Amino acid sequence: MSFLTSLVNGLSLGSIYAIIALGYTMVYGIAKMLNFAHGDFIMVGGYIIFTCVSTAGLPPAAGILLAIVLCTLLGIGTEKVAYKPLRHAKSNLAVLITAIGVSYLLENLALLIFGADTKSFTNVVTWPGIALFGGQLRIQGVTIVTILVSLAILIVLQLFINHTKNGQAMLAVAQDQGAATLMGIDVNKTISLTFAIGSGLAAIAGALLCSAYPSLTPYTGAMPGIKAFVAAVLGGIGSIPGAMIGGLVLGIVEILSKTYISSQLSDAIVFGILVVVLLVKPTGLLGKVTQEKV
Amino acid sequence: MTDKILKAMTPKRKTAVNGKSPAMTYFVVLAAYAVLELCIKTGIMSSHLQGLLVPMVYYAIVAVGLNICVGILGELSLGHAGFMCIGAFGSAVFSLLTDGVLPDGLRFLLAFLVGVALATLFGFLIGIPVLRLNGDYLAIVTLAFGEIIKNLLNALYLGIDENGLHASLSNQMALGLSPDGKMLINGAMGVSGTPHDANFTISMVVLLIALFLAQNLVHSKHGRAIMAIRDNRIAAESIGINIVRYKMQAFTISAAIAGAAGVLFSHNISTLQASSQYFGYNVSIMILVYVVLGGIGNLRGSVIAASILYLLPELLRGLNKYRMLIYSIVLIVVMIFNWAPAAIAWRENLAAKFKAARKENV
Amino acid sequence: MALLEVNNLCISFGGLRAVDDFHMTIEKGQLYGLIGPNGAGKTTVFNLLTGVYAPNEGRIILDGQDITGHKTIEINQDGIARTFQNIRLFSQMPVIDNVKAALENQYSYSLFDSLTHLGKFRQVEKEITERSMDLLKVFDLDRFAETLASNLPYGQQRKLEIARAMATNPKLLLLDEPAAGMNPNETAELMKTIELIRDKFGITILLIEHDMKLVGGICERLTVLNFGRVLCEGPTKEVLSNPEVIKAYLGDE
Repeated sequence: MSFLTSLVNGLSLGSIYAIIALGYTMVYGIAKMLNFAHGDFIMVGGYIIFTCVSTAGLPPAAGILLAIVLCTLLGIGTEKVAYKPLRHAKSNLAVLITAIGVSYLLENLALLIFGADTKSFTNVVTWPGIALFGGQLRIQGVTIVTILVSLAILIVLQLFINHTKNGQAMLAVAQDQGAATLMGIDVNKTISLTFAIGSGLAAIAGALLCSAYPSLTPYTGAMPGIKAFVAAVLGGIGSIPGAMIGGLVLGIVEILSKTYISSQLSDAIVFGILVVVLLVKPTGLLGKVTQEKV
Repeated sequence: MTDKILKAMTPKRKTAVNGKSPAMTYFVVLAAYAVLELCIKTGIMSSHLQGLLVPMVYYAIVAVGLNICVGILGELSLGHAGFMCIGAFGSAVFSLLTDGVLPDGLRFLLAFLVGVALATLFGFLIGIPVLRLNGDYLAIVTLAFGEIIKNLLNALYLGIDENGLHASLSNQMALGLSPDGKMLINGAMGVSGTPHDANFTISMVVLLIALFLAQNLVHSKHGRAIMAIRDNRIAAESIGINIVRYKMQAFTISAAIAGAAGVLFSHNISTLQASSQYFGYNVSIMILVYVVLGGIGNLRGSVIAASILYLLPELLRGLNKYRMLIYSIVLIVVMIFNWAPAAIAWRENLAAKFKAARKENV
Repeated sequence: MALLEVNNLCISFGGLRAVDDFHMTIEKGQLYGLIGPNGAGKTTVFNLLTGVYAPNEGRIILDGQDITGHKTIEINQDGIARTFQNIRLFSQMPVIDNVKAALENQYSYSLFDSLTHLGKFRQVEKEITERSMDLLKVFDLDRFAETLASNLPYGQQRKLEIARAMATNPKLLLLDEPAAGMNPNETAELMKTIELIRDKFGITILLIEHDMKLVGGICERLTVLNFGRVLCEGPTKEVLSNPEVIKAYLGDE
């Protein structure tokens, strides 16, 4: 039974990774950049909800909604101000370093406003959950909600990308920016939209992550951000189902190795999985192999 | 011999590959050393600032090492803190083992070599899988290896008694150490009691050696092959350059230099811990920031950028809690100013106008 | 004995036969042309000859040695050097270092010598520099020795690519559209250069080209490729007046 409990917890953590990884992978696929600040949007979302619910006494739903809206706007703004000027820079390291700068900026702003102390986050899911097998297997409400939300996001995203004009535009820009421009696609708008979706998802991930692990600091988003990045690469960066699978694999491996092997070594095992997968399949589980033309 | 080395240090050709003369780099470093030493000797420099000198230099050394990987080989590594970590722990354990057995100078020299050798070995071993990957995949795997190294060392317990070395990944008790045994690595508590063998002068010597090796490499047959691969792998193959061999060489040398910095690290700190603060991916990223701001492929730039950026938050100490905020804004603004095509065009335009105006005045 | 003998060379990409039953014989010292409409598979033939792709079938014999299936690096050591349709220089390196890099396998000193500039370093570097300058002089590029390769004018970049290939001491030089993007003056200069290196180094050259003036002007024999198959081959004049070839180029009216 404890194995099942761990598995469900792993699925839940994996779902959160998956939601973050979706943002990573979309931004990478379309804007061709590693947005190192992406993880910090989780933290920003967390603090917004915390302020709304714990300080201002608003209902959780209002807090989450506000967090999504503000993170979306912040995402669009960051892209416009910090990333867009460097889109055609000589080295793609330039925008990577700028993203690191944005990450520092967000963390230190949070540090300044909220302080370094850990804020205890109120669970936004009030449903206590269910008990199975005569109470032997208890699944928390937030766990179930997390898994369902991530599934819903995956389905909506797939529908959006495959069946709407904007979604198709994203695919086109991901393939070839120049050609997309010639086809009359507004590349700037498409990239903005991508950042908007990614940042909005990060806010949702923030709500779920902080509900499941209710402690919030300015650095809350950093490690989940990196893990989600690993998940995105594991699944094949640029691939939406890949991000989902990568996230789930990572979450399950992490929780299982914490339970059965060693909590100290769980991160080493998680990163070890990435190394092994990439050695067998250098472009991730669902990534496409591209060969440079001679 | 010294004469020969000096001769080798002064290159015949003035214009270097990246437009920087190597001799100038040594001069800059030596001049900085002289000025800083003078400040220490005359008591101008606060003891707080003095304490920052060794870290400043070892970060400059890692930056040089990382620049070989990023600038010369052209592959992004986000795991160099891991190699530093290996150098630090390897040498610290050696120093603990030989403390009191060997004379201090010899002990440190050997510890240095052990640390570098271990980092070299790990650079080689990790390079074998990593260098098969490309671009961002390679970057994330180096990050993964860096985290794995940090994580394993964090969980490692190592002790020694009359029966030899004991190691465990679970806890201290599992070592089964005899009562008069000695703990070498105590899990997350790390290594304590490493002799403080590193100082500013020694660090500067190591920096000079690192620069000497790195700059020589750039101006050599091996360096040219490495840079040819960076510029165009397909063309490099077509002229018979062995891609794997040269990539491995560059990556291993780069790891070795990071390891050397690690040795200085562990011999300058009372308790060495494999924590995220010292050896996490964020440290690798911080070093990458030095490399990029100093100029990709510009070794002298790496040293200067690492020194300034390391000291900057300290110099901003007066601004207290705003300093990291300012640091991050400076970073973003500098990146956009230096790299954005629009900013570059604007700067060139301005320079041209300035020139024209000067001509008119004359 | 022929320098290059290719028989029954085939390769398919995902069911599409890009090159089918390709054959060709080049004698030592010949200046040979491979022509054909766009998409006929000319560059694919080059990629097969240089080991970028391994053929599904067929044999490649260079100077009596079977080099089929050798890797790119080995093929360079076997004696084939090439240039690329879209110029591939070491753009962030000086012109002279582009040539020096190509001397890689002919001069050696240890990694330790590289790191310390001791040992054989000075002596060997001196020889490398002299060889490189000599080669650059042949191509009239010596005045650009210290210029960054990416800052060279277009025509000179093409020449540098040939110089770099020549530095590996090949028996056979493959030129992939050397005149692409050149103006008539540059093309004329290039034709002189190609003939000069053939005479000076006694080398065999196989080139892909669309510029018929260049092909007709310097090539001795031609092979025409169409839809991945050899349409015809023979002395330049005969081939160029072959009605089949004209049809392949101008289309069926």
